[in-house]
Amino acid sequence: MLEFIQQPWTWWISGTLIAAIMFLLLFFGQSFGFSANLRTICSAAGGGKFVKFFDFNWRSQLWNLVFLLGAILGGFIASQFLSNGEPVQISQSTIADLAKLGIAAPTSAQPDELFSMQSLLTWKGFLILATGGLMVGFGSRYAGGCTSGHAISGLSDLQVPSLIAVIGFFIGGLLMTFVLLPFIL
Amino acid sequence: MKFLKFLLLGTLFGIVMAKSEAFSWFRIQEMFRFQSFHMYGIIGTAVTLGAIGVALIKRYSIRDAKGNPITFFPKERSVIRYLLGGTIFGLGWALSGACPGPMVVNIGYGYLAMGVVFLFAIIGTYLYGAIKDKIPH
Repeated sequence: MLEFIQQPWTWWISGTLIAAIMFLLLFFGQSFGFSANLRTICSAAGGGKFVKFFDFNWRSQLWNLVFLLGAILGGFIASQFLSNGEPVQISQSTIADLAKLGIAAPTSAQPDELFSMQSLLTWKGFLILATGGLMVGFGSRYAGGCTSGHAISGLSDLQVPSLIAVIGFFIGGLLMTFVLLPFIL
Repeated sequence: MKFLKFLLLGTLFGIVMAKSEAFSWFRIQEMFRFQSFHMYGIIGTAVTLGAIGVALIKRYSIRDAKGNPITFFPKERSVIRYLLGGTIFGLGWALSGACPGPMVVNIGYGYLAMGVVFLFAIIGTYLYGAIKDKIPH
């Protein structure tokens, strides 16, 4: 059994569990939207004194911050107890494409070229991660949600705005992958 | 105690993100290169089951744990904010290989460099709040 759950989980098991998480949050009177936490953190840190957007009762969002803490814990449990140490099982064509950009085939879950401490301590490595994070944080609030809020919750509710946002996710993602990344890496 | 259920759901979410490999930069690259069904299968399954469930909740007016009706709020109508905001989000997603949830899962997993990505995501959100009245919505 342990061996079974230590393998990577199939797409349909993972997708089913994500839907289950969404429904359990609805059942507990909340809704699935992770990036709301970024706004909550800005507010809890006192951002409301300077920017009106962060002047709200952030304590009403404590449940979501607890969910965030759980997500960190889940990552820890997965790496310590549920991992068989195998690299991610991406396709050969992706490995070949990334090799052309100077990213070696996976040896774990993340490329050392981007997420090792050595890389982080270079200007280029730091700027890649910082810019990526900045755009995710800015874009998710501008669009009113991230993958969980729009692609999962919003699309499940057949919301047109969420569909537009997801189309945007892909316009940006494809632009980065095929146009910008070859210059950046 | 009232927060315990959210801690457990968050933990399950973190485990699913890690075990499905959806938290990996490699998987996001593979998705944007359309070279595997994996990520589309995950999101597609979640949305298909999600849409069926939401329809049932509305059809049968299902209530939550406290007995209140489960309600859905239509998002405000607009195109520009979703398209522009979504595009900026997508640029960052493909570069850092993580959306906000998987960022913190990575930190727990031991990829501490992802902490920098998360910190700058908070700064990005602050920046949005600071200039939101000056950009088109």
